[in-house]
Amino acid sequence: MKFCVGRLTRSKFHHKWMLITVFIVILMPILIGIGLYLKSRPLLLQANLSELIFSSEWRPLSGRFGFYTFIVSSVWVTALSLLIAAPICILSAIHLTKYAKKWFLTIMMSVIDILAGIPSVVYGVWGILVIVPFISKYLAPLFGLEVSGYSLLAGALVLAIMIIPFMLNIMIEIIRIIPSELEEASLSLGATKWQTIKKVIIRKAAPGIVAAMVLGVSRAFGETMAVLMVVGNVIKIPENLFEPAYPLPALIANNYGEMLSIPMYDSALMLAALILFAVVLFFNLISRLIISRLEYN
Amino acid sequence: MRIKKFEEKLFRVLMLLSTVIIITALSLLIVSITIKGLPSLTWEMISQIPKGGYYFGKEGGILNAIIGSLYLALGSVFLAFIIGLPIALFMNSYLVNKKKFVGTIRFFLDLLWGVPSIVYGAFGFAIMIYFGLRTSLLAGIVTVTLFIIPIMVRAMDEVFKEVPRGLLEASFSLGSTKSETSFKIMVRQCIPGIITAVLLSFGRAIGDAASVLFTTGYTDYIPTSLAQPTATLPLAIFFQLGSPIPEVKERAYAAALVLTIIILVISLLSRFFSRKYDKHKINF
Repeated sequence: MKFCVGRLTRSKFHHKWMLITVFIVILMPILIGIGLYLKSRPLLLQANLSELIFSSEWRPLSGRFGFYTFIVSSVWVTALSLLIAAPICILSAIHLTKYAKKWFLTIMMSVIDILAGIPSVVYGVWGILVIVPFISKYLAPLFGLEVSGYSLLAGALVLAIMIIPFMLNIMIEIIRIIPSELEEASLSLGATKWQTIKKVIIRKAAPGIVAAMVLGVSRAFGETMAVLMVVGNVIKIPENLFEPAYPLPALIANNYGEMLSIPMYDSALMLAALILFAVVLFFNLISRLIISRLEYN
Repeated sequence: MRIKKFEEKLFRVLMLLSTVIIITALSLLIVSITIKGLPSLTWEMISQIPKGGYYFGKEGGILNAIIGSLYLALGSVFLAFIIGLPIALFMNSYLVNKKKFVGTIRFFLDLLWGVPSIVYGAFGFAIMIYFGLRTSLLAGIVTVTLFIIPIMVRAMDEVFKEVPRGLLEASFSLGSTKSETSFKIMVRQCIPGIITAVLLSFGRAIGDAASVLFTTGYTDYIPTSLAQPTATLPLAIFFQLGSPIPEVKERAYAAALVLTIIILVISLLSRFFSRKYDKHKINF
């Protein structure tokens, strides 16, 4: 009998431990939000939020913190990278699922996995080795400009390469779960393969593709090291693609050293992290809702 | 009719082109890192810690960063495993009939997965200040653990989800408790998936720089206790790359090569293990 009690107690203990760990996970996003809010509160008490977001005056030494420049930079880098990556991903996803041979898809899945696992610092090094010289030597002279290459465009290109595996993976999954009956019905009515893809598959997969793109955007918006290394980091709203920019994550990462020596500076950086967190959470929320609805149907 | 055919042809070319771009990007990445990194990658570099004047191009290596990164990754993967495995098991054995609750947990995990690592870094820093800790290996391990838990749990969850219900029911009907079923049946059935999940999070832990930037600090020595600051490989690359001295920059490329090799080896290992243990699975 004692043996039996032991087993049941152990089961109960495991149950408790599992419950605790699950609650840790559910509490985590809330805890992160609260923690960052508490740290950025001193600054929020001093100036109101819209002022901080829409002012482009950044002078930490005199206590002026305006995030506008950084937010604009972030939005530009993210939007550009999506513009580059999205068409490539959609086309490649259709090619791999509908036209390519099966063995090729298997190989590409491994390639995607490997690409997704490469650390962002390595992407940054690659950006410095390949993208930056390419821009300064070949691309910018085409427009008659002489630049260092550390620019908005470099950041966007590196980001695009980074989010491609991530988005492609989701898009392939989305296209795969479309029932093949739909495709067969369309083909049997005499539509060509391309017509079927255009009118049936893409239409059916559209919400999923949008969701994948939104996820890609949220990934790009928060990406730090790779962008930081190639984007130039000059506090000025970029006027063209070849000018340096200064996105939010780079701001946080670059200034952590000084943050405790200047009053309110740490609050400002924590507020930057909070803004980042809120934006990314919002994007994630939307796309996950779309995806879960898709899977439900 | 001709236009239709032309459209299809055009798009097929475009599609092929995008796939080629992706493959080129990967090969370009690996080739350029190898070409730049290989010349300055010496045995000395991966077997010694930085000596005096290292950052001006003199002798030494990045052993401190390699060991530091391994400590950090091992510690955080261990912690994340202790927390993550029960969550994944819980969702798929205890809550197997509560689809809605499991859906909610998955939703939260996915949200956490999307949070950028720099936010975890800032949060870790806030906790660190709150408890009066200084930059240390321990603070880094805690931060990275938070960062990899969602990755690990979701990866395990995907495998546990596939365990056939009949297997669980057979185990229950023989009188085993839920915890016995999950730890003795599910874990054994899913070992390849668990190894893959662990290796995946190990790769993430070793490669992430933004979350450790605030919390682990940087030092030239190999840490001997949890309370000491620790150098990490991604940060070693980042700092050396910022140097104006060419020799130091060259070493940053070599360090990037080392990191890439570690990641590739982990990726290959996980493939190897998942094949190897796959044959112990009960097939239905």
